[in-house]
Amino acid sequence: MDKNNLSETFFADDDRVDGLAKVTGKAKFTAEFKPAGLTHAVFVCSTIAKGAIKHMNIYEAKNAPGVIDIIYYLNCPAVPGYKPVDRIANPNARDFTGLKVFHNNMVVSNGQPIALVIADTYERAVHAASLVKVEYIKEKSETDFDKNKFNDKLLKPRPEYVRNQKDAWKNAEVFLEEEYTMPVETHNPMEMHATIAVWEGGKLTVYDKSQGPKNVQGELGRIFAIDEKNVQVITEFVGGAFGSSLRSWPHVHAAVIATKKLNRPVKVTLNREQMFTMVGYRPQCWQKIGIGASKDGKLTGIAHHAVSNTSSYEDFTEGISSVSQYLYDCPNVFTTYKILPLDINTPTWMRGPGPGTGCFALESALDELSYKLNIDPIELRLINNAEVHPQSKLPWTTKFLKECYALGKEKIGWHKRPTTPGSLKEDGMLVGYGMAVGVFGAGRNPATAKGILKNDGTLLLQSAVSDMGPGTSTAMVKIGSEQMGLEEKKVRFELGDTDFPTGPTQGGSGSATAVGSAVIAVCDAIKLSLKEIAIESIAGFKNVKPENIKYEAGKLIAANNVSIHFMDLLKETGKPEVQVSKSSSSFAQRDKYATNSFSVHFVKLHVHPVTGVIKLKHMVSAADAGKIISEKTARSQMVGGAVGGIGMAMTEESLIDHRYGRYINSNFVDYHVPVHADVPPMDIVFPNQPDYIISPTGAKGIGEIALVGVAPAILNAVYNATGKRVRDLPVTPDKLI
Amino acid sequence: MINFEYTRVNSAKAAVAAKSKNVAAQFIAGGTNLVDLMKKGVTAPQRLIDINALPLKDISSDAKGLSIGTLVPNSVAAENKLVLEKYPLLAMALNAGASAQLRNMATVGGNIMQRTRCPYFYDITMPCNKRIPQSGCGAMEGYNRMHAIFGASDKCIAVHPSDMCVALAALNATVVISGTKGEKKIPFANFHRLPGDTPELDNNLQTGELITAVHIPANRFNRSYYLKVRDRLSYAFALVSVAVALEVTDGSIRSASIAMGGVAHKPWRLTEVEKYLIGKSITANVFKEAAEIGMKNAKTYQHNQFKVKMGKSAIVEALTKATS
Repeated sequence: MDKNNLSETFFADDDRVDGLAKVTGKAKFTAEFKPAGLTHAVFVCSTIAKGAIKHMNIYEAKNAPGVIDIIYYLNCPAVPGYKPVDRIANPNARDFTGLKVFHNNMVVSNGQPIALVIADTYERAVHAASLVKVEYIKEKSETDFDKNKFNDKLLKPRPEYVRNQKDAWKNAEVFLEEEYTMPVETHNPMEMHATIAVWEGGKLTVYDKSQGPKNVQGELGRIFAIDEKNVQVITEFVGGAFGSSLRSWPHVHAAVIATKKLNRPVKVTLNREQMFTMVGYRPQCWQKIGIGASKDGKLTGIAHHAVSNTSSYEDFTEGISSVSQYLYDCPNVFTTYKILPLDINTPTWMRGPGPGTGCFALESALDELSYKLNIDPIELRLINNAEVHPQSKLPWTTKFLKECYALGKEKIGWHKRPTTPGSLKEDGMLVGYGMAVGVFGAGRNPATAKGILKNDGTLLLQSAVSDMGPGTSTAMVKIGSEQMGLEEKKVRFELGDTDFPTGPTQGGSGSATAVGSAVIAVCDAIKLSLKEIAIESIAGFKNVKPENIKYEAGKLIAANNVSIHFMDLLKETGKPEVQVSKSSSSFAQRDKYATNSFSVHFVKLHVHPVTGVIKLKHMVSAADAGKIISEKTARSQMVGGAVGGIGMAMTEESLIDHRYGRYINSNFVDYHVPVHADVPPMDIVFPNQPDYIISPTGAKGIGEIALVGVAPAILNAVYNATGKRVRDLPVTPDKLI
Repeated sequence: MINFEYTRVNSAKAAVAAKSKNVAAQFIAGGTNLVDLMKKGVTAPQRLIDINALPLKDISSDAKGLSIGTLVPNSVAAENKLVLEKYPLLAMALNAGASAQLRNMATVGGNIMQRTRCPYFYDITMPCNKRIPQSGCGAMEGYNRMHAIFGASDKCIAVHPSDMCVALAALNATVVISGTKGEKKIPFANFHRLPGDTPELDNNLQTGELITAVHIPANRFNRSYYLKVRDRLSYAFALVSVAVALEVTDGSIRSASIAMGGVAHKPWRLTEVEKYLIGKSITANVFKEAAEIGMKNAKTYQHNQFKVKMGKSAIVEALTKATS
């Protein structure tokens, strides 16, 4: 089968290859592994936001039943990688910038891990941890973003971006300037973070909830000065992560410190409260947008400013305002971005990082502009559609954004949208329609895969990636099956083990293109090997050139119509299998093309005219994600992203009491992720147009654009229903009465 | 978790006897609130007395009204035919509470006894007069969006989290109690307390006493509605809620009973509104005036000022829904 013509039709049997294991409990998640002699460890966490530990009394805890050890700053073995690197000896080495767990007595955030209690059971560790008494020298902490967001003494500016004039929007025929705010959002995957570390005979084995086992392997090797080949990281299944497992956090280091100190396997698990203070979050953000257009809707200028928070010890940035540089065709663009260090833990990438936050402001502002111009919001976007990348002037590899508008508009029934806000009622409810665009970078990272084609007709594929939920295994099985002309049930994809060939970290919607390209390269190499074996050993293939042999549905066919199935070929030549490893390189045409995935989200909702309660009625997401490899998992990703967007728009907000610098809603009762009742019927539509420039898989990536743009689509629909423009997320009922 | 003893009892008498012997003992039924509180270190009973085997799981009615055993799960009460026929308000309120899973586990008695969801009560590193008397109130100057606007004190501004209790208050229920001195009944309005100087006390149940049932008297209410305004459509506590029970004949209100949730340390009866509504006809203006009266003495804090406007809207909406 020609790789440029992967079947465009969907498989009838589209189930996840690991679906049954997941729903029957057979799938083993990190905390479920039980190496012999396993010990259980839990953290004691700081209860102040800034200062130092004056004294830690571990006496009672140490003597509690079942306690094996308590590790804290006074007895923690030195961690080699926490020392500043020798730049002369290693010019490329970088200092470790994350939280150095148990390194000293300094407290830099509330909820910081300050001791690890290791016991024979989890319950005993939890109890003993509650007995550790800590005295602090408290310093005044600052966690209030709103109070400090314009404080230039604290803010760290990133480079400004200017295209032509900074202030052109102010001179436009129609313009507006508004501010938009977003609170801290916490990833809160269902599965809480856990690490099991086993140090045995100079070899470190780590079971870790990770989006990038190879990344963890490399980091642990560096931090603990262990040769990488003696570090194995295993991540068989991940119960959601949304970015919170893109790097290894203090608990991963703590588990390794403990297993090396005790010479016993140690399991560290976080509880839900600790998920708020240790594994990142989407930073709080303030944005201001000035946007102007001519009366006929042509954008003349955008100024987009953003401030988001970071920790006191690490700079985290996610390019929030950059989206205004390229989403629409606009001659004058000015963007700034500053970060504000606060006494809280470091944020990290959360699904749709950067554009997720940036599009909330830009797409809200564009909606506001559409009402001022009296132009339909979709029409306004079409008027300003960027045919080429506005900065680089490069063409996009593919861009089917216009098709997304058309598909989604039809599905949601856009023609029923009232042009006057607050003018349509249904069953006593105010009715609103809204839409917004999402965008994210696309591309292809390097990846390696191994393929073993056996003479029993099965294909085994391996790569050291992990699958946090998008369905990587399912997609890879589909690609392998198509490439080799095998039934899907004959193909298996193994992942989540650093002993497999190097795969990329799962993030930025890049797994399908990277690993998929490696799988295609592997399959091509296997086919070539088969052809060479046939040429060498099978009479009818003698002296035929490989390129003159076709491979079809498992059969090698020479021009003279001599054919042989690969199973027969291997059996006849006495070979049990053909095994190859192949790498696929990163996307190399960045100087020729712009690369993005796009989405358009549509919302129909009801707002109770008296109580302000919103009821979503229907959502449609249309995504230009390239070729859809697996319809079911692609759809699930889109639905999951939309639910995340509902949370961003309507319910999610991590709250800190600034007197203590401490979260007060770090649990699933008070931190509201959307529940089923909040989620409306959804339609997911794809133009399903392959992008073979980015990769031979034809895919562009789905995970991020599934969420980016959902929140502004909801907010725009709320305005359409009520005439109230809410610019501060989340839009809870009190903001609409 | 701190070790504790666990015993099972088979009769109310044995339960009362067991608890009277040990002030640090607590009854456990569904455990949907108590177990959380124990895990968080908010409470550490020395002994748990499991009352699930007690024969207090019946729902029965007679001419005087309806009795619901203390161990009836919330979900069973909500689906009970007698409840649905005679007290649909209670069924509405029950179904508005918690999640389906929690309603399956939680009992009627446990629902009455559940403690506030104030975050400062739950976090043992924070001050809370309800958890540790005289330690201060974290919410007063802290994050108080969910907190009381009626009947609070300078010691505590927490709210009672129940939906069911709001309906029971509006239905003039009584709490049936077994104690060492035998059985007694406390009218619902007098069961839960306002915080005053003793916010550690949620209610007037004495040591050793066990709720055995709730009794709802027969009434002439022929219109009712439970409205709950919340941040998400399920599994969220009320920002405000309103239980309305009205007796309406020929378009005129003969009697009214209204209680609010999410606004006070106990289900908050709007007695002045109830008086005002007697003899009034069903008009938007009457409802609007009722809402003004109902919210008259509200006292708000930094983050819950919206509750006054939302409370008024909710009263109007609940009255409108009940009568339409």
